[in-house]
Amino acid sequence: MSTTEHVVIIGNGVAGITAARHIRRISNKKITVISAESDYFFSRTALMYVYMGHMKWEHLKPYEDWFWEENRIELKQAYVEKIEASSKMLFLRGGEKMSYDQLILATGSVPRFLGWDGEELKGVQGLVSKQDLELLEENTRNCKSAVIVGGGLIGVELAEMLHTRKIPVTMLIREKAFWQNVLPIEDAQLISRHIESHGIVLKHETELKKINGSNGKVTSIETSSEEELTCDLLGISVGVKPNISFLKGSEIETDRGILVDANLQTNLPNVYAIGDCAQHRQPTTGRKDIEAVWYTARMMGETVAQTICGKPFAYKPGHWFNSAKFFDIEYQTYGNVSANPGEAEQHFHWQHKDGEKAITIAFDPGTNQFLGINTFGIRMRHEVFDRWLTEERDLEYVLSHLREANFDPEFYDHHEKEIFSSFKKNMINSHT
Amino acid sequence: MSTAQNNMSLSGEPPATLSTTQKVATGFGWTGVFILALALFNLQLPSVFLYSAIGLIGLGVIIFANDLYLGKSAGVKNDGIWFRSMTARGILAWGTGIILTLFYIVLYWFPQYLGYNSDGANSGLVALFDPLSRLISGHAASQWFVYGTLYTLAILAFGYKFLLKYRHNKYEVLRTWSVMFFQLGFAFLIPEILMRLNQPYFNPVNIWPLNYDLFAGYKLSEFFSAGNIGLLMLFFGIASIFVITPILTYFYGKRWYCSWVCGCGGLAETAGDSYRHLSDKSRATWKFERYIIHTVLVLVVVMTIAVVYSFLNENPDQFWLNKNVFLMGSAAFLVLLFGLIWIFKRHRLAKDAKKGAIISLSIVLAIIAAFYFSGMTYGYLLRQWYGFLIGAAFSGVIGVGFYPIFGNRVWCRFGCPMAAVLGMQQRLFSKFRITTNGGQCISCGNCSTYCEMGIDVRAYAQKGENIVRSSCVGCGICSAVCPRGVLKLENGSLEGRINSEAVLLGNDVDLLDFIQQQKKATRKN
Repeated sequence: MSTTEHVVIIGNGVAGITAARHIRRISNKKITVISAESDYFFSRTALMYVYMGHMKWEHLKPYEDWFWEENRIELKQAYVEKIEASSKMLFLRGGEKMSYDQLILATGSVPRFLGWDGEELKGVQGLVSKQDLELLEENTRNCKSAVIVGGGLIGVELAEMLHTRKIPVTMLIREKAFWQNVLPIEDAQLISRHIESHGIVLKHETELKKINGSNGKVTSIETSSEEELTCDLLGISVGVKPNISFLKGSEIETDRGILVDANLQTNLPNVYAIGDCAQHRQPTTGRKDIEAVWYTARMMGETVAQTICGKPFAYKPGHWFNSAKFFDIEYQTYGNVSANPGEAEQHFHWQHKDGEKAITIAFDPGTNQFLGINTFGIRMRHEVFDRWLTEERDLEYVLSHLREANFDPEFYDHHEKEIFSSFKKNMINSHT
Repeated sequence: MSTAQNNMSLSGEPPATLSTTQKVATGFGWTGVFILALALFNLQLPSVFLYSAIGLIGLGVIIFANDLYLGKSAGVKNDGIWFRSMTARGILAWGTGIILTLFYIVLYWFPQYLGYNSDGANSGLVALFDPLSRLISGHAASQWFVYGTLYTLAILAFGYKFLLKYRHNKYEVLRTWSVMFFQLGFAFLIPEILMRLNQPYFNPVNIWPLNYDLFAGYKLSEFFSAGNIGLLMLFFGIASIFVITPILTYFYGKRWYCSWVCGCGGLAETAGDSYRHLSDKSRATWKFERYIIHTVLVLVVVMTIAVVYSFLNENPDQFWLNKNVFLMGSAAFLVLLFGLIWIFKRHRLAKDAKKGAIISLSIVLAIIAAFYFSGMTYGYLLRQWYGFLIGAAFSGVIGVGFYPIFGNRVWCRFGCPMAAVLGMQQRLFSKFRITTNGGQCISCGNCSTYCEMGIDVRAYAQKGENIVRSSCVGCGICSAVCPRGVLKLENGSLEGRINSEAVLLGNDVDLLDFIQQQKKATRKN
């Protein structure tokens, strides 16, 4: 190559930054990362900790500021208004232009709003960006009470955050229990109980109907069960959607997200999309077309870097895994555990008497093959479960080797024996 | 955007406020401190004042901790840490730091202001402690007895607070009972009781080179004049650093000492816990740390060789050991140690570590040669200066006085020669490591923020690498505050312990293999 190729990445979240780092590791291309949100890469999943006073903003930056210059990754704070694919040109707000040879779109998500009456009122907000956090700080000054719509991961984060500022919180949850569109009912109920034990009011099977306000500010909401709740803050956490509005009118093909093929390439050559904003035309079996998760964003970044550097790789993520923390209960999942299992999936559930530890194991009732695990309050080894899933181990093998997978700190109580005997008892019961 | 930044720093709303119970508890604690301050005016307070002061301080901390943690769900309790003046370098933190620093200055260099009188009856604060000292050791108190009592009180009271704060974490609970036990039993009571029995003052877990005075002339005389018990103490002191320490560190890492046994570590982990997040995590500080801690190690080695040489010089016929044989032996030992590390562990040492090791060894050998040829060591002078600069100014004034500003492990991280020795071994020859859990890290930064040693734990975790760092004291807090169950302190095989080619689990296995090969290839170049 005569001149160095210029790779431009729009978005400095984990997807874009992972791509930049991996491209730098294996090539000498010129790399520019554009972001309108923040000067430096930060951990989005940790925004809550700044509000709660566990960390300061600077602690959210996974790399020290010298890192970028040392690794020749140019950071540019700007907002891309328009992409002109024919001339490979980006038009930035303020009139500046920037040309690229390869373009990676990693613009992430924005909160989803469902078109409620009054959703534009002050005090109504989601929590995805740095600006959302700043807004929350402003919106919760002298806040007497808050309502959160939606029982998902961002919802429970918001509840925990507001709780540390002693703001009474009510959560409206569409399902029978917290996050029950993802968690099996017993798991979901365990988390609901735990959240309630912290003084958060949960209204299950309740949706938001209307938002009332005065002077442009939210004052109360009305629920689907005709109840009116006063609040100064309404947290919206009914999911996120790809941040693609700036692509309107461009030649880049979009649906709900930016449509990409197996190699994460859009309909245009030299333009790729990764992370939350990407929508896979043909997702890998068992996976969703849009996965707004830290880990998958990172993996897409790893994958696209190779493709950009001349070694095309299809995006083929390994076994599903995820994690979260609900107040004091840590959650990890490996493989697939359906919220509402069909014929081909059965669950074994064990719960500790303290109500803060549980596991749910999904297996195929026909072959007894282990399909996946949800674990609450007990840390498990990713590497071990990943291997068991690949080796297609059966349920009994997993349960009798569970100790191998334990990742709790030293001296913690072990529950494997109890889990195994509970399993034996259940099996006998189900066979008689 | 800059205005919004302000919101996120110090102007947050509660939880910076105190509950009524906490206010009452604070009242108890400060009344206790006030009584101690009152004693400085030489009022000749009866002993009931001493016991009330100790009781009030202990009670204050206990009531405060109970109100803070009991009746609340067990879990990470870091809400508002960066909003409070006391824990976020606000005015309370600076005030506390300054008072502590002044206290250390008076303690080390002007004990007479505390009422200490080496020639007659004590007065003031030291006199207030006389009854307790007489009760335990049979002697009048010294400024060190006052210090030791308050130190132990701090570890016990704040240890209780720590036990409540981390009651959900058995590793933390056991570790804290351990430091409380070793402080009360080994560091405080045993040496005092030994004095009562007319034996040399000896704390078995205060190991050379942290205890830089162990081989000082006056100490050696004490040991030798105390018969078999004295010899046993000396023997135990030598065995501690050369035999017991390497074995335990091999199996468990330096944590067996630094966060389970050591008194400095004990104070840092209990009274200093509220300041652990203040340690500097930058790469620049890490570089500085490596220079300065190893410099202190060189100093203590040179100083110790000098004082032993002086001792042998002054008592030439009393021992089988000849002063020159001792010098030669020390040099031979250091060369042998260096040689073994060089032969077996060279591939584990970075370029600057090799350079540093060669320079350090050369300096020590040159000084030994100078002793040998001149016959002079200035051992006492060296010891005096070491005691002044390192023993007092560094470990006390800066090490503890600056807790509220630089964090609770300043001494352990930058100055402690024992930590340097254990650290080298931990890095090169130990089963201990912190493992990361597959691909689960979300780079949130809780681990790095709450690492008291200023290790950027996240830098390793987000690459899927094990954390094998000389400075890690194994306090376990990174693992405790991790919201995704990523970190675990473990002892395991030496094979693959340092895994800088690691990849994060979760992606296509072929791609991960490919990335791993790429990493190996670039590393070789």
